[in-house]
Amino acid sequence: MPKPAHEVIHRHALVTRLTHWINVICLTALLMSGFQIFNAHPALYWGQKGADADPSWLAIPRGLPHWATIPTHQDLAAGRLWHFFFAWLFLLNGLVYLVHGFASGHFRRDFLPRWRQLRSIGDTVWDHLRLRFPKGEESKEYNVLQKFSYIGIVILLPLMLLTGLTMSPGVDTAVPFLLDLFGGRQSARSLHFIFAWGIVAFVAIHLIAVLAAGPINEIRSMITGRYRLPPERAE
Amino acid sequence: MTRLISRRRLIGSLGAGTGGLLLGACDRINASPTVQRLLGVGTGATMGAQRIVTDRTALAPEFSAAEMSPVFRTNGTNMPTSPDYAVHLASGFRDWRLVVDGLVARPLQLWLDQIRRMPVRTQITRHDCVEGWSAIGKWSGVPLKLLLDHAGVSGSARYIVFHCADSFGSANYYESIDLIDACHPQTILAWGMNDAPLAVGHGAPLRLRVERQLGYKQAKYVMRVEAVRDLAGIGKGKGGYWEDVSGYQWYAGI
Repeated sequence: MPKPAHEVIHRHALVTRLTHWINVICLTALLMSGFQIFNAHPALYWGQKGADADPSWLAIPRGLPHWATIPTHQDLAAGRLWHFFFAWLFLLNGLVYLVHGFASGHFRRDFLPRWRQLRSIGDTVWDHLRLRFPKGEESKEYNVLQKFSYIGIVILLPLMLLTGLTMSPGVDTAVPFLLDLFGGRQSARSLHFIFAWGIVAFVAIHLIAVLAAGPINEIRSMITGRYRLPPERAE
Repeated sequence: MTRLISRRRLIGSLGAGTGGLLLGACDRINASPTVQRLLGVGTGATMGAQRIVTDRTALAPEFSAAEMSPVFRTNGTNMPTSPDYAVHLASGFRDWRLVVDGLVARPLQLWLDQIRRMPVRTQITRHDCVEGWSAIGKWSGVPLKLLLDHAGVSGSARYIVFHCADSFGSANYYESIDLIDACHPQTILAWGMNDAPLAVGHGAPLRLRVERQLGYKQAKYVMRVEAVRDLAGIGKGKGGYWEDVSGYQWYAGI
């Protein structure tokens, strides 16, 4: 028996919504101040060391465009100040989210893919490629691709933190294991850069999905928590 | 419903803030002293957190000879321009002496030969520039703690200041570290690099190696080592040349 087409559910908890928007601010500031820091030496290396005379795997002699950096002119000291402030805010915000996610059962209930979802993963991929998103009852829960990408980002973000810490000479002294884990300070710097683009890719796909699934309903659900179930497809 | 609207307004203003960032208004935000102080909380937290998790005597990673940089690039000053320095350089620093003074019981003036005859520590360590690059080199020198013990640092001293021969415009370079770093076993005044006398580009006759911190702390051309109670009276008060001039953080462990 299909529910009425205009059924509205309470989809996102207050903590989820609040931490989501703080994440938006943090990720924007971290990315743009990160570009600023990158521009102080716009070349990347593998291994423990890497400077002008060593072979780099990526070099952008003129650096990344200034419209994409905080502040817009070359200012490494300010870039670091912004980056470390928002790194702390992002970390604390992430901890609040994690504690809430585990304690409230949000992760267990909403993140773990179900057997029936795993079995029909091929159909889900095909539907997504055609930008056909779940409707009605099915749209009450995260679909399997959503679940995998959320789990992926929850793994990627700690890697971002750890590669960032590996660039710190003070942390390398306290936890030299990090250098072994990532293959050296310059490898960690390269991975930090690559993972950053991984997060950008996640956000890009996330935004495309929001646009395709109905931006007003989706954005409203992340602001007020209320989500109007898309009507069942007439099939 | 009121609650809903106010929440919407809140989100709206947060969104506007983000938009402002994207449009470059952040340059004005960045220039505000209040914002600078607020952002500085992050760096303060970093130093505090590192001090909590780091054993004060833990050693920075050391490397094998095979891992050394084929070319160790220089940065900052490559050749101090003062006439005094030129004279000392021409004579191989034969008549040059290092001054150790400030809050010490026995101020010292040490010939370079005397310093070279003191116990030597040699270490192959990674030099991390704040800009992002790293180079690995071999440093030989006297542990700073030995010099400070000879001079007898007073109980009221909190920081060690390094006065250098190279100048940027009007001010000479200087840097400072606290006693935790000054007494660290890897903190040395190096007179040798890669099994040769320290080259001019790397800070002859003496440069500081304070492993666990970034390159701008590794003062080159050290002429004088001064023990002080606080950093207020040194330079513009932030503890180092770049700290005063461009806002680099005094604590450079990250």
